[in-house]
Amino acid sequence: MSENKPKQENLPRVGFYICHCGSNIASMIDVAEVQKYASGLPGVAVSRDYKYMCSDPGQEMIAKDIREHKLERLVVAACSPNLHEETFRKAAARGGLNPFYFQMVNIREHAAWVHEDKKSATEKAKDLARAAIARVRFHQALDKKRVPVDPNVLVVGGGIAGIHAALTLANAGKKVTLIEREATIGGHMAMFDKTFPTLDCAACILTPKMSAVKAHPNITLLTYSEVNKVEGYVGNYKVTVKRKPRYVKEDLCVGCMECIDACVFKEAKFPDKFNQGLGKRKPVYIDFPQATPKVVLLDPETCIELKTGKCKKSCAAACDRKAFDFNQKEEIKELQVGAIVLATGFKAFDAKRSPQYGYGRYPGVYTALEIERLVNASGPTSGEIVLRDGKHPKAVGIIHCVGSRDAKTNKWCSRVCCMYSLKLAHLIKEHSGAEVYNFYIDMRAPGKAYEEFYDKLLGEGVHFIRGRVDEVTDWAMTPDEEGKLVLRVEDTLAGFVRRIPVDMVVLSTGLEPQADAQEVRRRFNIGCGSEGFFQERHPKLAPVNTFTDGIYIAGACQAPRDIPDTVAQAGAAAAEALALIDAGFVELEPNTSHVVEEECCGCKSCVPLCPYSAITFDEVKKKAVINEVLCKGCGVCAAACPSGSIRQNLFEDDEIFSEIQGILK
Amino acid sequence: MPLEQKVKYESECDREFAQWVVGQIGGENLRHCIQCGICSAACPLSLYMDYTPRRIINLAREGFKKEVLSSFTIWLCSSCYACRVECPKEIHITDIMYLLKRRAIEEGVYPRSFPIPVLAREFGRMIFMFGRVNETLLVTDLFLRTNWFKFLGMIGLGLNLMRTGRMSFLPDTIKRRGELRKVLDALDAEEKKEKKEALS
Amino acid sequence: MKYLYFPGCSLKGTGRAYEESFLAVFKALGLEVRELEDWNCCGATAYMSVDETKSYALAGRNLAIAERSSDLDVIAPCSACYLVLNKTQKGLKENPELRRKVVNALKAAGLDYKGKVRVRHPLDVLINDVGVEKLAKFITKPLKGMKFAPYYGCQVVRPYSTFDDQYNPVTMDKLIEAVGAECVSWPLKTRCCGGSLTGTLPEVGLRLAYILIKEAKKRGAGAIVTLCPLCQFNLDGYQDKIASKYERVDIPTLYFTQILGLAMGLPESELGIKRGIISAEAVLAGR
Repeated sequence: MSENKPKQENLPRVGFYICHCGSNIASMIDVAEVQKYASGLPGVAVSRDYKYMCSDPGQEMIAKDIREHKLERLVVAACSPNLHEETFRKAAARGGLNPFYFQMVNIREHAAWVHEDKKSATEKAKDLARAAIARVRFHQALDKKRVPVDPNVLVVGGGIAGIHAALTLANAGKKVTLIEREATIGGHMAMFDKTFPTLDCAACILTPKMSAVKAHPNITLLTYSEVNKVEGYVGNYKVTVKRKPRYVKEDLCVGCMECIDACVFKEAKFPDKFNQGLGKRKPVYIDFPQATPKVVLLDPETCIELKTGKCKKSCAAACDRKAFDFNQKEEIKELQVGAIVLATGFKAFDAKRSPQYGYGRYPGVYTALEIERLVNASGPTSGEIVLRDGKHPKAVGIIHCVGSRDAKTNKWCSRVCCMYSLKLAHLIKEHSGAEVYNFYIDMRAPGKAYEEFYDKLLGEGVHFIRGRVDEVTDWAMTPDEEGKLVLRVEDTLAGFVRRIPVDMVVLSTGLEPQADAQEVRRRFNIGCGSEGFFQERHPKLAPVNTFTDGIYIAGACQAPRDIPDTVAQAGAAAAEALALIDAGFVELEPNTSHVVEEECCGCKSCVPLCPYSAITFDEVKKKAVINEVLCKGCGVCAAACPSGSIRQNLFEDDEIFSEIQGILK
Repeated sequence: MPLEQKVKYESECDREFAQWVVGQIGGENLRHCIQCGICSAACPLSLYMDYTPRRIINLAREGFKKEVLSSFTIWLCSSCYACRVECPKEIHITDIMYLLKRRAIEEGVYPRSFPIPVLAREFGRMIFMFGRVNETLLVTDLFLRTNWFKFLGMIGLGLNLMRTGRMSFLPDTIKRRGELRKVLDALDAEEKKEKKEALS
Repeated sequence: MKYLYFPGCSLKGTGRAYEESFLAVFKALGLEVRELEDWNCCGATAYMSVDETKSYALAGRNLAIAERSSDLDVIAPCSACYLVLNKTQKGLKENPELRRKVVNALKAAGLDYKGKVRVRHPLDVLINDVGVEKLAKFITKPLKGMKFAPYYGCQVVRPYSTFDDQYNPVTMDKLIEAVGAECVSWPLKTRCCGGSLTGTLPEVGLRLAYILIKEAKKRGAGAIVTLCPLCQFNLDGYQDKIASKYERVDIPTLYFTQILGLAMGLPESELGIKRGIISAEAVLAGR
């Protein structure tokens, strides 16, 4: 129970203000009547009405009255607290009053805007005012807590988004740890050959940034590592990282790759994941020549020594740096950071989920990523467009929207596929001279110089057929179609059903969240949308913030995105993180809950209820403990606590009951 | 060379027709069509149609009632459901074809001797009379009504069916024809009641 | 195991061989099958073109009669019947206004519809209820050396994929392999045979049937194995007309119940083998 139960004579002096809000409130509520009514209520020292309370003169009036009339409490009846609670709290503070001695009453959305009858609206406004005045007597003076912010940052994901965010933060002087799950940074962009719309070589623009990351004194690069656990709160995160063993000492290996040549496997035989399974590698390998860090690794699934212990280890023998360590173990590291940027990227749609396109059944059907590796000069065929059976295609069909814009797979548009389909059309035609057909539904070219790129492709003689292909089949109807893959489509613009025989089919697969996106987002305690992409705080006004303070998102993990926008977003996330760190501290809203230790019975009912994991149980004292920094003031624990030992600031029992009684009078 | 005037004025669009299609079972997602054309690509009959299924959807939602109901398309549909299964917007195209057929029959918009609506009608009559359908009688009835020549051409098939014992000349009937009639009559009465209420 | 059996008009007419082989096989497997009492025509595709509510009521009468034999599944071998009965159950469940009209009309005739019956396909029952392993025990004369092209048609796999994949169904493939034959892989497994269009619009319907028999033969199939009486009729009965319009193909079409029956050692006469217009004798002689 609260100590300051006011007696009639000891009522704190309340200042009551009712706003006209132009005609928003005044047209439906008789503000003069409410002002007069309030002035007669016990404890009300000042009662005024004003046209626009939120304006400068309105706020000045409050501050002045507090000083002149020695007001101890403040009530403003106006619009929603969502809009101006902060405004009036600041005004109270300027007048010298603790800002939490203020209560706001919404007589606009709750009365004026929902009534058609002036009399009832005014009566309701009076009831609400009376309730607020009764409540505010029980308010306590509260302080906004300040929590210091650790200036170090963690960036999760080493694709172009993570790389750019890390470099920006490091250049600003912050110490950054960049974590990447694969053995090298670079992400999907490292797999591309050229990028649209400029047809820059992807590796040429990416590798300098990758080198910069490696060389930067402020960046600690942890590849082949994953985040296992995240604890803490904004400004004070403790992150546990698991480093997978490469079986090669990273600080000794210089990437000369002699070991790969020396491997007991004379021929590479295992599917190469980086080359989308189109190439082969040995158990000791490096993803690609510009991998960063330039360190080889061993695959425990295929390396004879790691599986059986019975190999002559010619790789280790060939290494003059003595970098091999077959007993290397997993390493656990702990990091303390103040802010985290998640840039974990996307996963390409699995073309097997659209079985009518024959991926996996017909060898001539490829996904877009496979083609990226095929046309790449450093890919498995050195840039030659050649089919799995060694033949060169004379005709190639590129099918847009595979897996996208479809209720059966993914409803959304993956944004980049039209553009990369145009790019692949250009590259395929350039490398092979084949007839290229693009089958699209809409041509989406929304970026800078994108429409011009489409125009360029139109001029190159690529066939654009507007129609979604139903299936890829090897059923031939004419002699020309024998031995080919036939695409049956309605050319909606020409108005005919057409059958196009091709040798190679490219499926422009869409972008979707990573396979473990749900697990990851739970680990970091952020939300996700119904499609599985990480949830931004506001789609327009806060696209890189999340609902968890201190954690930012950037790039395709938030939504399908092209490289220009990804880099922009990564910079934005870095800026938001810098804003947090350079402020030096975080101010917390005091509407948090706390446990009155003597009254806690140790039943632990509250612990699992907290959606923000803010409640822990002290096993020694056998009492619940609430971390006020993590607490967001949702009130669930206070409501559930059977012993009533959890109190929430601004929502204490006497505050709530007095407000109820105030309404009922 | 006779030139045809192909412009369409807004007054020719029957918006109520479009709304009617949307309100029927199966027509719910009509407006969500993105005109991708996968339905036409999947349809094994689309190469014969005057308007492909995709065009029918577009014409229907804009209200081009005459074009839609008098098309060959709706009668060429073999109900294979390939379109419905492929449609990325889950539009029940086959069901829409059915409802357009029903409306076309109701409004009498098809050539009198066009075999498919005749088949549908005769099928219905046979069910009303016997409860079951005898294929031989149905086909005979159909051809006698629509095309004598074609009927003569079917004699080869008829002889083959007789040879293999797959033909029967007697109609198969259900025992409780009255029960079935009661069901169909109850529905007729319900429809009459609805029409009366709609008018009042 | 007991089942109700909904034959449909075709199985009593041109699809006689399907009924014969289906009943023979199920009897030999020890599965009890009882024809649905006083069943009426399901309406197939034709009735839905005339009146929607009556079409649902027609099928509803059958389902209401089936419900009287509580808990038994209804097997509907004909694809159109299978689809219509399943569609009716779904449609009545999801559309309250339609359900109200149909249930009331059925009530007026003394029929009670609750929507609880399960409508199954015989292929589903054989592969999923009985199982390939158990079937193997009954197969005494495996059809070695035979190559069959499995043809599913449309309405069993679309729009409801109740017991198999929609794009690449494999239940019948499994059955073909279970009887010891080789299953031909081909991309037209579920392409429409033309349905009723072969009769009403031959210039259109014949082409669809021709495409199927031609491709099946090209891929090396000795016979096409199907599960729908109308598909069998289209692929089997019009080969003369196809020959005069396009070219002679000459490939027999059998029901899956027929090849299973042969592999189980049942006599040809019980399976209606001689009812095929294109004779299967030459193909079957090789076993």
